[in-house]
Amino acid sequence: MENRNGPILEMRGVSKAYGSTTAVHDINLQIANGEFLTLLGPSGCGKTTILRLFSGFEAPTKGELLLNGRMINDIVPEKRQLNTVFQNYALFPHMTVRENVAFGLRMQRRPKDEIGQRVHEALRMVHLENFADRRPAQLSGGQQQRVAIARAVVNNPMVLLLDEPFSALDFKLRKQMQFEIKHLQRQLGITFIFVTHDQEEAFAMSDRVVVMNEGYIEQIGTPQEIYEEPESLFVARFVGEINILEGIILEALENNSYLAKVEGVDFILRTRREFYVGDKARVLLRPEDLKVFHIHEEDSSAGPHLNGRINDSVYKGATVDISITLDSGTQILAAEFFNEDDADISYNKGERVTVSWVAGWEVVLDYD
Amino acid sequence: MTENRKLKTISITIVCIWLGVFALLPNIALLLVSFLDRTETNFFIPLLTLDNYAKLLAPTFISVLLKSLALAGISTLACLVIGYPFAYILARTGERLRPWLFLLIIIPFWTNSLVRTYSIYTILQNNGVLNALLNRLGLVEGSFSLMYTNFSVFMGLTYTLLPFMILPLYASIEKLDLRLLDAAKDLGAGPVRAFWHITLPLTLPGIAAGSILVFLPSLSLFYVPEILGGINYRLLGSFIQYYFSKGNNWPLGAAASSVLTLLLILLALFYRLASRHTDDGGSPVALTGGKRPKAGGRA
Repeated sequence: MENRNGPILEMRGVSKAYGSTTAVHDINLQIANGEFLTLLGPSGCGKTTILRLFSGFEAPTKGELLLNGRMINDIVPEKRQLNTVFQNYALFPHMTVRENVAFGLRMQRRPKDEIGQRVHEALRMVHLENFADRRPAQLSGGQQQRVAIARAVVNNPMVLLLDEPFSALDFKLRKQMQFEIKHLQRQLGITFIFVTHDQEEAFAMSDRVVVMNEGYIEQIGTPQEIYEEPESLFVARFVGEINILEGIILEALENNSYLAKVEGVDFILRTRREFYVGDKARVLLRPEDLKVFHIHEEDSSAGPHLNGRINDSVYKGATVDISITLDSGTQILAAEFFNEDDADISYNKGERVTVSWVAGWEVVLDYD
Repeated sequence: MTENRKLKTISITIVCIWLGVFALLPNIALLLVSFLDRTETNFFIPLLTLDNYAKLLAPTFISVLLKSLALAGISTLACLVIGYPFAYILARTGERLRPWLFLLIIIPFWTNSLVRTYSIYTILQNNGVLNALLNRLGLVEGSFSLMYTNFSVFMGLTYTLLPFMILPLYASIEKLDLRLLDAAKDLGAGPVRAFWHITLPLTLPGIAAGSILVFLPSLSLFYVPEILGGINYRLLGSFIQYYFSKGNNWPLGAAASSVLTLLLILLALFYRLASRHTDDGGSPVALTGGKRPKAGGRA
């Protein structure tokens, strides 16, 4: 995603305050041309504020906004070459689908022929060419969503901003629209900035994800980096289930490794973070990275492992979710996939098991 | 459930009877009378005739009608031009200021409208408030009067009817989804064009409702033209009133009144047409709900 000409969109030290409350703090963000970037976080984390700062509906209290290298702080929304797909579509109810899509081009005073042509192409792209003369109220939610997208992309914006565009759609339609949006972005080759609170959605669509919390950026990275190498407890917890074990560093070893006591058992931990002997640490493990064995199984005592007792196991279709109380008292969750070779993943409540993981798959964070 | 329905039936029945007895019947009676003849001693006699409507074609009535329409039109336009910005501010202002602005509209209702009309008289008359003010400012020398002119009647109508313009406008501007204006801006519309293409068409029902509520009373209010226009100033309302009282010609008054009613019906139809343009659907989901085959052009 490197771009010869530098970032298409950039925030330099941008803060936005409403009275005494600050919505976003000192944000630095560079977005490459053609990138699909997602702002991910819980409601109130500032992700929509960032979008509205880019579109111009909010003015930054501090800092600079750059579009294609040009400062746009003082440019009004209607003059910015960005277009937005709004959360509830904001389609004009008194206009037909065609008139809605043509609106931006009419505002640019393009020739009539060109408008007709481009509107038709945009509607074909979202499979709505047969609905051009309907009004928004006569369309389904998914169709309205498509009109909103066509109305934005028909203007050939440098960047398309999408503010939780699927929040009003049902699960199945959401999945389908995610696919279509991603496809559209590849086809158009323009930069998409997407806002969502749904991590699955963020991961499915994005080149990079920006995880936000309380007005700060917690982490920027590819979906894989975010999921596998979270840099904070917040990120680890926000994207999927995570087990958090407590450890104490006993000894520094070579190759970024440490000997540590985790929940009372000695493990070798690998991390690029630096720890001193005696430091407390948190060891993070995804449920699917944990391996659970019946206590009498052969593999059960190979290598370091934790002992525990089964609380409950829940059949989930593709996986079985197993809740375990470790001997240290900590509760953890493991997810085992069904496997032809290892059919024995049913556990009884109260049964003793051992828990381990592939060395190196753990994420080690500072205790605080 | 049944209790509730019974209550509903009873209350609707009462309203229907009320409107039937006090609005529909008198109007039908009026319509009937407008086709009857009269004598010097009887208000009307059972003799069918179109004579009354023929009399309405006389230049005197036509000129009264045209003058009434023109004055009502201008007053409506003035109310719209003054009322729209006020209603807009009213709809967009904060919760703290809004009740005070509402008070400005409501206070006049607490005062008898005759008193308010006479107060305009004291402003516009010879050596009245306006005269004194302009003298004090040195803009005008000596005394003058604006009374008994088209202008004074126009002032009276506009002042009396302005609230009836503002309230429906407020209701429709307040309903306007501000995100639509964001969307218009996002698509390159400046403030003026966003107003022209989005705000104005979407508040058209309010404009239509307000205009009807001002236009019709402007035609039929008879005391305003009488007080501010003078005893011989004739608008449609005072014309009707004259023939029912001093003029002593019920059938002719009834005919003029029926013409006015016809005008009202036409305007009501116009209003329905205007609001259909913006209000169709209302709930986007209602029409679809997943029953409609998915995105047609896909195959």
